[in-house]
Amino acid sequence: MQKERKRQSDKMIRYILAFLLLFVGVVLFLVCNICIGSVKISLEDARKCFTGQEVDITVWRILWSVRFPRALAALILGGALALAGYLLQTFFHNPIAGPFVLGISSGAKMVVALVMVYMLGRSIRVSSTAMIFAAFLGAMLSMGFVLLMSRKVNQMSMLIISGVMIGYICSAVTEFVVTFANDAEIVNLHNWSKGSFSGMEWNNVFVMAVVVSVTSVVVFMMSKPLSAYQLGEAYAQNMGVNVRSLRVWMVLLSSLLSACIVAYAGPISFVGVAVPHLVKNLLGTSKPILMIPACFLGGSVFCLFCDLLARTMFAPTELSISTVTAVFGAPIVLWIMAKRRKERGV
Amino acid sequence: MGYYFKTEKMAVGYQKNPLIENIEISLEKGEILTLIGPNGAGKSTILKSIARQLDLISGVVYLGGKDLAEMSGNELSRNMAVVLTEKLRTEMMTCEDVVATGRYPYTGTFGLLSQSDYEIVNETMDLVHVTAIKEQDFTKISDGQRQRVMLARAICQEPDIIILDEPTSYLDVKYKLEFLSILQEMRRKKGLTVIMSLHELELAERVSDKILCVNGDAVERFGRPEDIFEPGYISRLFSISTGSFDEENGTMELDRSSEPATVFVIAGGGSGKSVFRRLQRMGTSFAAGILFENDVDYPVARALAEAVITTPAFEPISENEIETAKRKIDDCEKVICCKEKFGSFEKANEELVQYAREQRKLIIGERLWQK
Repeated sequence: MQKERKRQSDKMIRYILAFLLLFVGVVLFLVCNICIGSVKISLEDARKCFTGQEVDITVWRILWSVRFPRALAALILGGALALAGYLLQTFFHNPIAGPFVLGISSGAKMVVALVMVYMLGRSIRVSSTAMIFAAFLGAMLSMGFVLLMSRKVNQMSMLIISGVMIGYICSAVTEFVVTFANDAEIVNLHNWSKGSFSGMEWNNVFVMAVVVSVTSVVVFMMSKPLSAYQLGEAYAQNMGVNVRSLRVWMVLLSSLLSACIVAYAGPISFVGVAVPHLVKNLLGTSKPILMIPACFLGGSVFCLFCDLLARTMFAPTELSISTVTAVFGAPIVLWIMAKRRKERGV
Repeated sequence: MGYYFKTEKMAVGYQKNPLIENIEISLEKGEILTLIGPNGAGKSTILKSIARQLDLISGVVYLGGKDLAEMSGNELSRNMAVVLTEKLRTEMMTCEDVVATGRYPYTGTFGLLSQSDYEIVNETMDLVHVTAIKEQDFTKISDGQRQRVMLARAICQEPDIIILDEPTSYLDVKYKLEFLSILQEMRRKKGLTVIMSLHELELAERVSDKILCVNGDAVERFGRPEDIFEPGYISRLFSISTGSFDEENGTMELDRSSEPATVFVIAGGGSGKSVFRRLQRMGTSFAAGILFENDVDYPVARALAEAVITTPAFEPISENEIETAKRKIDDCEKVICCKEKFGSFEKANEELVQYAREQRKLIIGERLWQK
């Protein structure tokens, strides 16, 4: 009994430490993102600016209109991305599923590009809610295709391949549209379609904060049925879960999260796959009630870190965020696949 | 209505196509029902329909007098637990985590387990002897252990009825017996009702209060094991054409040779069984005799020998039968005698040994195999 209690408290300590680590990571990289850049800003200035005290006007401008919104966007969207990945992995019982891999991001990108080119051609400004809506539509479109495919093929690798193919088709359509768009639009679209957190505005941050936080809370409330769903649909059903409606919710929420990311930052690769996997290893469990908040924090840390590198490594040239996330994320995906193979002894 | 579990005119199948219709089952609380039948006969389909994994095509299932279709998901999960054949793909879940999911219907909004929930988890893990592996990853244990963990999970759900699809398939003989003993214990202690499918007919006959025979398009029989296991029925149900199944003893034998006998075996009292089987393995056709009809050797000889010379139990062997046996020995090249001593009622067999010796056909015991 004593041993039992010790074991349980060991687990608790591990969870607490993991969350502490993630929190510290978020705060640390948030500060780094605010202070480091082409203009170095001291911690003291940042604190003053934040608490409303008087600072140099250039510093204030850089902080208030560039760095704060950008860092917050990376924090919010990074979390959303990891959460979307986690939901999709749970949904498909597939550890390398994610919004980018399954072509959902590309689908969203395609519809957003179409809408943007159409609207800009008529000189109509696209509002951020309209962008999210367009992205959501695109995400659902891709998701529909992936779901159709998953009915036909029930194999992990086939599902991914069909997702990648859908991604290519959508990207081809996007490229096509971009090629024939006006010069002025191209610059705008080109940056965005490669994925970037640059040019975030406060109103964007506000909308995404509302959408993502509401969605994330709903996902968190679903952690009980999700834990049943992890055992497979048949057992979930036996445990009294309404599997059909749970599946619909999972599709809607993951699409909404993916859409939100694409609408603001474009498609970002590999975060959705890599982060849940890393977090799972950090916690040593796959219980949704712990995984959901941990994934969100982990995604924030990962994106803040990657955006920091994207901005500063080759300053003043800025890398696209996907370039950095792929460098860190893709090896992790390969690692997962190799590990799965070994476990199954194939 | 009296019965705890009852189906009325139940029809099951996929996509609105009835596979099996008019299924009528009635069980009292604490009874064990086993579904038997050939592969693909629809046992799993029936079990899934009862567990509400599949929609019924028509008919009603009553549980404790209540229509199953009208129960809420949570109510059903507190009454009924399942152990299915599909493999669980878990990630980073210990065996304890898997068992603990059985407490799901009793937890609150966030599915957190209370101290008393953990006590139940520990108790059930003790009951099915998996406490030693509770900290191990569920994907890294053997199939047999996995099956027992799944049983613990189901018991943890504290159901009144438990549905198991081929639960003993991956278990070795020790765990098969242990697994079924746990079910019996649960039934005695807590009045658990069990519905399961089994491939092991001999176990089905022993453990079940009721048996349901499914043959692909209909339920052929439903009743007590002694009514089901009547001679010839199982062979018919499974359309056995190669080899044979002995309903009375619950044993099976491989196919006999179709050629005329070249060896005559004198056996009795269980001395001949292993010789019969050895000859079958060598592909040698043989005749056996003279056996009393209640002899242990008799069913094996019936299944494997080309001809068996028998005599009714507790009756002296008649001259007529001795004569038939001698004619058979005349047709054979060799005679094997499995016995060293003969009782006063089998003097006739001693006479056959003597007859074979005179004809220089007799081989005693092990010498046959040494050649």
